[in-house]
Amino acid sequence: MRITVDLDLCQGHAMCELEAPEVFEVPPRQKVRVLDPEPADDLRPQVTAAVRYCPTRALTLQEP
Amino acid sequence: MTIPLVSGGPDHLDELRSDPIALMRRVRAECGDVGSFRLGGREVVLLSGAEANEFFFRSPDEELDQAEAYPFMTPIFGEGVVFDATPEQRREALHNQALKGSFLKGHAATIAGEVDRMTAGWGKSGEIDLLDWFAELTIYTSSACLIGRKFREQLDRRFAELYHDLERGTDALAYVDPYAPIDSFRRRDEARRALVALVQGIMDGRDPRPPREERDLLDVLMSLKEPDGTAKFGADQITGMFISMMFAGHHTSSGTAAWTLIELLRNPAVLADVTAELDALYADGRQVEFQALRAIPRLESAIKEALRLHPPLILLLRVAKSDQEVLGHRVPAGTMVGCSLAVSNRIPEDFPDPDAFDPARYAAPREEDLLNRWTWVPFGAGRHRCVGANFAMIQLKAIFSVLLRDWEFELAQPPDTYRNDHSKMVVQLARPCAVRYRRRKQA
Repeated sequence: MRITVDLDLCQGHAMCELEAPEVFEVPPRQKVRVLDPEPADDLRPQVTAAVRYCPTRALTLQEP
Repeated sequence: MTIPLVSGGPDHLDELRSDPIALMRRVRAECGDVGSFRLGGREVVLLSGAEANEFFFRSPDEELDQAEAYPFMTPIFGEGVVFDATPEQRREALHNQALKGSFLKGHAATIAGEVDRMTAGWGKSGEIDLLDWFAELTIYTSSACLIGRKFREQLDRRFAELYHDLERGTDALAYVDPYAPIDSFRRRDEARRALVALVQGIMDGRDPRPPREERDLLDVLMSLKEPDGTAKFGADQITGMFISMMFAGHHTSSGTAAWTLIELLRNPAVLADVTAELDALYADGRQVEFQALRAIPRLESAIKEALRLHPPLILLLRVAKSDQEVLGHRVPAGTMVGCSLAVSNRIPEDFPDPDAFDPARYAAPREEDLLNRWTWVPFGAGRHRCVGANFAMIQLKAIFSVLLRDWEFELAQPPDTYRNDHSKMVVQLARPCAVRYRRRKQA
């Protein structure tokens, strides 16, 4: 799986960081940084939750 | 290209105050994705459809600004609150700590507890007014979750009634004069004064130095001092902050809860399905606060469909801060730009059989909410998508987990007589809107 982020939409709510801190980092007052755009498959539940709970729907998950 | 003007008029203020959905549908039917109407002498460019909506939802505040677009909110919030703030201050304020994921489980427990309290005096059977009942419930849930339980414990029905008068004070006439001498504005201003007095009374009774672990947001705000030692915020400002914090989540959740129940009762097969789903989930005695944070697919689909058909906000507005271009049309600086959620949610090309209540449209592989990210927009979309959407879904799941576990409901009037009152910018259920309840027989 591959994560893409639409930085136009990200408002830095950091819900993704809460769901999957291994994959997302949101410094205070900044937008998301994807630490690992192609995370290992065992992180799938956390990453899926992060995508789902993004308040602005800025994250998408692409399958190869 | 000139933006076409919808028929009717010459001004459409009166139509916006009586039948806004008919007006907005006609704009799309006559003008397409980009049309316009006139509001108190001002042009409003109204967008619908995926491409125009994407432009609307992607634009930052510096291009399409919210501040001037909602003049009916200033007398409610008070000066200096929310839409009087700069875009930067608003972005900051939106990072509402109480909506963070780590608090959500506690909120679900609080909400379930509030439903239990409000149904405690129900007896075996009876009748409720959906508008009254859900409006009161969501005053308690939003105050408890966003401000604190201590503050919530000091509220009663009176707060809910005053709050309702504020919401009724959102007549679109505010686009011409927010202080026009009409009854709903007078009642709005009286209600705000009464709320300030009520909050002042609560503040007067508070221990100035409460134990740290018992402090709620009111204690914190009261403890903030200016450099000269005087209080930073008075009752008027604090009331304004509380009103604004609760505003986005109140009438929206209240209306959606009511419409979900109405649609379930209008569609008995879906209700049976949802009840069976909940019975199976809670059969092992698990707690609502545990399950409300997790997937309850059939209930969620029913809520989503109630939201699509009856979005609590029907029209979002902005003001162009510079010249904009949308689908080849020039929108000059100063023009109001609107996006109609009520119209977009029922575009037949995106939502087959758009007027039908069909929760199956959210099941894989259809997933019409995800597929139509710019037209399935009950929570808006893009930069300003509702930050409380997740909280709202958890709240609704918790409410129905408790209600449908303990109670059976039936419509108390013909199914097609439930409708919304669109005479104010804040949409509410029109009365009568009664349903009957009966305690469920334990299996």
